[in-house]
Amino acid sequence: MPPDTAPANASVAISDVTGIKELTLTQRLFASQALWVTVAVLLIMGLMSLRYPDQYGTEENFYNITRNFSFIGIMALGMTAVIITGGIDLSVGSVMGVVGIVVGLIMHAGKTSDSFLYSWYCAVPAGLATGVLCGLFNGVLVTRVGLSPFVTTLGTLSIARSAAVLLSQNKMIYEFGYSGQQFFDIFGGQFIVANSVWLLIIMTIGFALVLNTTVWGRHLYAIGGNEHAAQLTGVPVVRVKMQAYIFCSLCAAVAAIMLLGWQGSAINALGTGYELRVIASTVIGGTNLLGGEGGAFGAFVGAALIEVIRNGLILAGVDSNYQGIFVGGFIILAVLLERVRGRKRE
Amino acid sequence: MSVLQLRNISKSFGAIRALTDVNLTLEPGEVLGLMGDNGAGKSTLVKIMAGNFPPTTGDIMLEDGPVVFHQPVEARRKGIEIVYQDLALCNNLSAAANVFLGREIKRRFGPFNILDFRAMYEQAGQLFGELKSETRPHDLVRRMSGGQRQAVAISRTRLSNPKVVLLDEPTAAISVRQVAEVLDLIRRLRDQGICVVLISHRMPDVFSVCDRVFVLRRGRKVAEKPIADSSPEEVTGLITGAIHAA
Ligand SMILES: Nc1ncnc2c1ncn2[C@@H]1O[C@H](COP(=O)(O)OP(=O)(O)O)[C@@H](O)[C@H]1O
Ligand SMILES: [Mg+2]
Repeated sequence: MPPDTAPANASVAISDVTGIKELTLTQRLFASQALWVTVAVLLIMGLMSLRYPDQYGTEENFYNITRNFSFIGIMALGMTAVIITGGIDLSVGSVMGVVGIVVGLIMHAGKTSDSFLYSWYCAVPAGLATGVLCGLFNGVLVTRVGLSPFVTTLGTLSIARSAAVLLSQNKMIYEFGYSGQQFFDIFGGQFIVANSVWLLIIMTIGFALVLNTTVWGRHLYAIGGNEHAAQLTGVPVVRVKMQAYIFCSLCAAVAAIMLLGWQGSAINALGTGYELRVIASTVIGGTNLLGGEGGAFGAFVGAALIEVIRNGLILAGVDSNYQGIFVGGFIILAVLLERVRGRKRE
Repeated sequence: MSVLQLRNISKSFGAIRALTDVNLTLEPGEVLGLMGDNGAGKSTLVKIMAGNFPPTTGDIMLEDGPVVFHQPVEARRKGIEIVYQDLALCNNLSAAANVFLGREIKRRFGPFNILDFRAMYEQAGQLFGELKSETRPHDLVRRMSGGQRQAVAISRTRLSNPKVVLLDEPTAAISVRQVAEVLDLIRRLRDQGICVVLISHRMPDVFSVCDRVFVLRRGRKVAEKPIADSSPEEVTGLITGAIHAA
C-alpha cells in the first residue's frame, strides 16, 4: 500500500470502528432473541412467585427448576455448535441413554469386586469416551460420506437406544458399587444449587468465549453462513464439522453422567425424547436452524424458559402432559419468528 | 521465464466440455484481459489456476516446475490469489471476518490462542481505504452493497504477497467510481510486479489496464495478443464469432 495514504486511512478506520462497534452492541442486544427470552423467564418467575408465594417463590423450587433444566441446557450447548454449522443432531437423547448405561454397568460391577476398573474414576471417562465415539460416528457419516445430518443422526438415535437396551439387558441399574456414594456426592451434589447447574454455568461461559473469541468458533459460523465459501477460503470444513458433532455428543455424555449422579439409577430409557427439548431450547434461544447464527447464552435461557413454563403449569394444576404441546408450539413459533426476521433482513 | 503456464488444458463436467486444449502463458508483471461470452469457460479456466479443481487433461506449470492443485489453499501457498465471480463471502460475518477467513490473525491470551480483533479490524480498514471503498470493517456483509462486497473479496488477495492475482469479473456489480478504483488497484499490483488476470465484459476496462488480451469462445482459445495490436471491434468480433481467430 502507498505509505502516504495509509496513516490517514488507518485513523479514519479506527474512529469508524469504535463508533460502529457501540452501535452494533446495543443493536445486537435488542435484536437478540436471548435477551427477550431472559426477560420472559424473569417475568414468569416473578408473576408465579406473586401468585403462589408459598409453593413457587421458595428456595426449594428454585433449586428444583435450575437442576431440572441444567441437563437439557448442557446438551443444548453442544446442539448449538452443530446447528450453527447448519446441521442437526437428533441422537443426543439416545447417546445420553447409552452413556448412562455404560457408566452404570461399570460401576455396578464394583459391587462384587473392588478393582480400580470399576470405580467412577474409570466409569466416567468410559462414559465420555462412549459419547465421543457416537459423535465421531455421526461426524464421519456427515462429513466424509456426505449423508444428511438429519438422516444420519436419526439412525444413531435408533442404534444408540438399542445399544442401551441390549447392554442393560432391560434391567434398571441402581447399585453403583463401592465408589457409588462418592460418585453421587460429586456429580449429584449441591452447593446452594445443584452441581449440574454450576457445571452448566461454567460450560456456558466457556462455550460463549470459544464461540466469540477463537478461530474454531469463527469457523463454525462461517460454515453455517456459506459452507462452500468457507471451504474455498481455506477453512478446514471437514475437521470443524466433525468436532462439532463430537462436542455435541460429549455434552450429551456429560449431561448423562450428571443426571445419573442425581437420580442414582440408570434405566435404558434415560433421555428418551430429550432431543426435542434440547433442539427447542436451542432455537428458542435464538439459534437459527438454517445455520450461521446462535449463541451459548441463548441455549441456557432457552432451556430455562421451557422448564420455568413446565414447572409453572404443574404448580397451576395443569396436566403435565400439556408440556409436549408447549414445547412443540415453541419450536414452531421460534422458527416462524426466525422466518419473519429473515424477511426483514433481505 | 513465465510465471504460470497452462499446457493443453481441457476440462469436462460430465458431458459438458467447458475447455478444449487451452494454452496460456503469463509473463512477469503483465495484466492479461480474459474475455469471452457467457459460458465460454473463463471462470472454469481461472478456477483451474486457483486450484478449485484439476483439469481433466493438461498441465499447470509454475516457475519451479509442474504443479497439481487439489485445493485452493495449495494454489494460494504457491502465490496464486483469486477473487471469485460469486465472491465466496459469508453473509453472516463482518467484512473484516470475511477478509481474514481461513487466515485469522491470532494472539496469545494466557494459554489460549484467541482472535486478534483489533489487528484484523485495523488492517481490513486500511485495505478498504486503499480501495477507496466506504466498506466498514464491522459491518455485516449481508447489509452491504455490491461494491462493498467486491471490496471485501478483493481485499483478501492483499493479505499475502502473491505472484498472480485472478479477478473474475471484479467490476460487474459496481459503480463507475469504484470501477476506477479497481482499475487503479490493478495498475498498482502490476507496478509491484504482480501478474493479474482480469476477466471482464467491459471493453474500456480491458483496453485501459491490460497488456494483452486472451479470448475464449466455446472453451477454445481464439486469440492471445498484445492489446496494442488489437481493437475493441476486433475483440468483439472474436467473442461473438464474427471473426474466427486472430
Ligand atoms: N461445476 C460445474 N458443473 C457443470 N458444468 C459447469 C460447472 N462449471 C461450469 N460449467 C459449465 O462450463 C461452461 C463454462 O462455464 P464458465 O467457465 O462459468 O463460463 P464463463 O465464466 O465464461 O461464463 C458452461 O457451459 C457451464 O455451464
Ligand atoms: Mg464466469
